[in-house]
Amino acid sequence: MTTTHHTTHQATSQASTAPTHARPAKLKTSAMIASFADPGQKTTPAPFGHALNQLAEQRPEIVGLSADLAKYTDMHIFRDKHPERFFQMGMSEQSLLGTAAGLAEVGLVPFASTYSVFATRRAYDFLCLDIAEPGLNVNVVGALPGLTTGYGPSHQATEDIAILRGCPGLTIVDPCDAVDIEQAVPALAAYDGPTYLRLLRGAVPRVLDEYDYTFQLGKAAELRTGRDVVLISTGLMTMRALQAAERLEADHVDVAVLHVPTIKPLDTEAVLAVARTDRLVLTCENHTVVGGLAESVASTLAFAGVGNRIVPVALPDEFLAAGALPTLHDRYGLSTDSIVSRVRAELQASGRTGGDAGEPPSL
Amino acid sequence: MSAPENDRIARLSAAAQRIRGYALHMGEVQGQGYIGQALGVADILAVAYGDQLRFRPEDPQWEDRDRFLLSIGHYAIALYAALAEAGTIPLEELDSYGSDESRLPMSAMASYTPGVEISGGSLGHGLTVATGMALGLRHLGNPARVFNLLSDGELDEGSTWEAAMACAHHGLDNITAIVDVNALQADGPTAGVLRTEPVLDKWQAFGWHALRVDGNDIAALVSAFDEIADHQGAPSVLICDTRIGCGVPLLMEREKAHFMRVEEHEWQIARTQLEEGSPR
Ligand SMILES: Cc1ncc(C[n+]2csc(CCOP(=O)(O)OP(=O)(O)O)c2C)c(N)n1
Ligand SMILES: [Mg+2]
Repeated sequence: MTTTHHTTHQATSQASTAPTHARPAKLKTSAMIASFADPGQKTTPAPFGHALNQLAEQRPEIVGLSADLAKYTDMHIFRDKHPERFFQMGMSEQSLLGTAAGLAEVGLVPFASTYSVFATRRAYDFLCLDIAEPGLNVNVVGALPGLTTGYGPSHQATEDIAILRGCPGLTIVDPCDAVDIEQAVPALAAYDGPTYLRLLRGAVPRVLDEYDYTFQLGKAAELRTGRDVVLISTGLMTMRALQAAERLEADHVDVAVLHVPTIKPLDTEAVLAVARTDRLVLTCENHTVVGGLAESVASTLAFAGVGNRIVPVALPDEFLAAGALPTLHDRYGLSTDSIVSRVRAELQASGRTGGDAGEPPSL
Repeated sequence: MSAPENDRIARLSAAAQRIRGYALHMGEVQGQGYIGQALGVADILAVAYGDQLRFRPEDPQWEDRDRFLLSIGHYAIALYAALAEAGTIPLEELDSYGSDESRLPMSAMASYTPGVEISGGSLGHGLTVATGMALGLRHLGNPARVFNLLSDGELDEGSTWEAAMACAHHGLDNITAIVDVNALQADGPTAGVLRTEPVLDKWQAFGWHALRVDGNDIAALVSAFDEIADHQGAPSVLICDTRIGCGVPLLMEREKAHFMRVEEHEWQIARTQLEEGSPR
C-alpha cells in the first residue's frame, strides 16, 4: 500500500470569488419534478394516489408499498390516508418486489411503486420469478417511464417495455393521462395477475374525457377515424398524437388515432383492423424504437402476413442526454411538432397527400 | 496542534468554504437542487481532494491516480464544486450546471463529465465498481487507492452489503468507503424510512476497519483519513455524521428535505451567511 498520497497534488488555490452571476435565462433540467403537461393544459393532481385511495375504500385487501419513493410516485397520497396499509421498504427495490410477492402470496393485493428504471433494470429478476411466474396479483407501478425526466440515463426508462415484454404472463399498461390512470387502477386490481403500470405522476394532463372513451384492460380504442393517416399510439404519446391529428386536420390531412393503453397483451385484432390499409401508418411511443410498440405492431403485421410498412415515432436506440424535458422531446422526436413533420415528410416521400392535394405545409 | 498541522486545517477549511460557495452558485443556476447535501458534504470533499487523493487535475485519466467514486449521483453538485476547487473543472463551467448540452448534468456521467469515474444516478452501484477497481489495481500491482463516497440511504441497498462482504473477503485495504450519514433520504428521515443504525457495528461485523467522526469537523476528518491510510489488511470505512446545509443557517434551520426548495431571493442571503462564516 502506498504512503505517498500527500505528495503529488496540493489543491490549487483559487480566488474565492464565484463565477459571475449575470447570465441569460437558460432552460433548466426539470429533473425529478418535470411535468410534460403543456402550459395551460387541464391537469389532475396525483391521479394514481387518489384512485388507489378510492379503491382501498371498497377493497380492504389493497395495500401499498414503496422503496423510499412514496413522495415521488404519488403513493404518499395513499400512505397518508391509510398509514396502516402502507409499507415503507427503504431504498431497496429487489426487496420491494419480493415483499410485494409475499404480500400477494398471503392474499393481499399490493401496489408497489418505485421509478420504472429500478422496477425493471434493478429488480427484474424478482418481478419475473417471484411475481410473474406464480401469476400473482401484484401491481408494479413505475414512475418516470420512457423520457419523462431530464435527469439523464439513470432515470430515463427508455427500455422498460422492451425488458418486460418478454416476461410471460405480465400485463403492461401505458396510460395516456389522468383519465386512463383513474380507470386503470381498479381494473389492474380486479385482474387476477401481475401487472406493470407506466405511471404518470404529479400534475397529469387530462385529455381523454373529451372523447367517447373508457379504459378497458387489453383493449385498444380508436379515438378518431381518418382517411389519410393512422397513428397507433400508446402512453402520453396518444396525447401528442391527438394534437398532431388536429394540427394536420387544418392542412386537410385526415388522421385516425388508435390508442393502445395495454401493450401486452396487445389488442392485435384492433391493430390489424387499422393497419391493414393503404393509408400511412405510424406508431407513437414514449420508449426506444427497440422492443416497444413499434416492434409489437410490426410483428403483429408480419405474423399475420400483412406486408405494410410502418413508420416508428420512438426514441432512438441510444443513451439519451440530460437537459430540459421540452428540449429533449424535440430533439428525440416525441414532440407534437415532430409527429406533424414526420407525417408530412412521409406523405411527401411516398407520393401520398392529404385530402387537399398540393396544399403547402404550414408549420 | 503543531503549526504545520494548523496550517493544514486552515487551508482545508478555506477550501471547504470555497466548495460551499461554488455549490451555492450552481444551486442558484438551477434554482433548486441538492444544495443541502452539498453543503453537508463539503468538508469531506475538501479533505479528500485537498489532502488525501493523489491525482493530476489536468489529466483525469492518469493511470496511477487514486479513484474517487461518487455513488450518489445527485451529490454531483458537490463533486463539481470540489473538482472546480481542485482545478479539474474550469470555474466558469459551473455556470452550465444542469443546463442543456452541459458536461455537468445534475447527475454526473462517466462518459463525458471530467474527473468523474462512474455514471451516477442509480444508487448502490458505487461500492461494487470500487471493489472491481481495487481488486484490479492490486492485481496489476498499481498502488493507487480507491475511495467511494456513499450515502446513508445507500445502506438500504443489498448491493452495498454484497460489495462490503466482497471487499472484506478479498482483504482490499486499498479501498476506503466514506458514508455520509445526514440522517435523511427521499421519503424523510432515515430513522423513519428504514433504520440503518447501528451503522458502525454493521460495518465492523462485515469485517471492515470502521471509524465514525463528525463529518463537518475538518481536524477530525484529517486524522481519521490519516489513520485509514496506514491501516493494512482490511478495507476501511469512514462514517461521517454531517449536517444538511452546514455553513448556511438559513438552510440548516429549514425543515430537512431531500430536494430543497430555495426561493430566488434566498440565494443572496445564503451567500452572505456563508461569507460571514456563520456558526455551523
Ligand atoms: C437505486 C435507486 N433507487 C432509488 C433512487 C431514487 N433516490 C434518489 S436519492 C434517494 C434517497 C437516497 O438516500 P440518500 O442518498 O441518503 O438521500 P439524501 O441524503 O440525499 O436525502 C432515492 C431513493 C435512486 N436514485 N436509485
Ligand atoms: Mg442521506
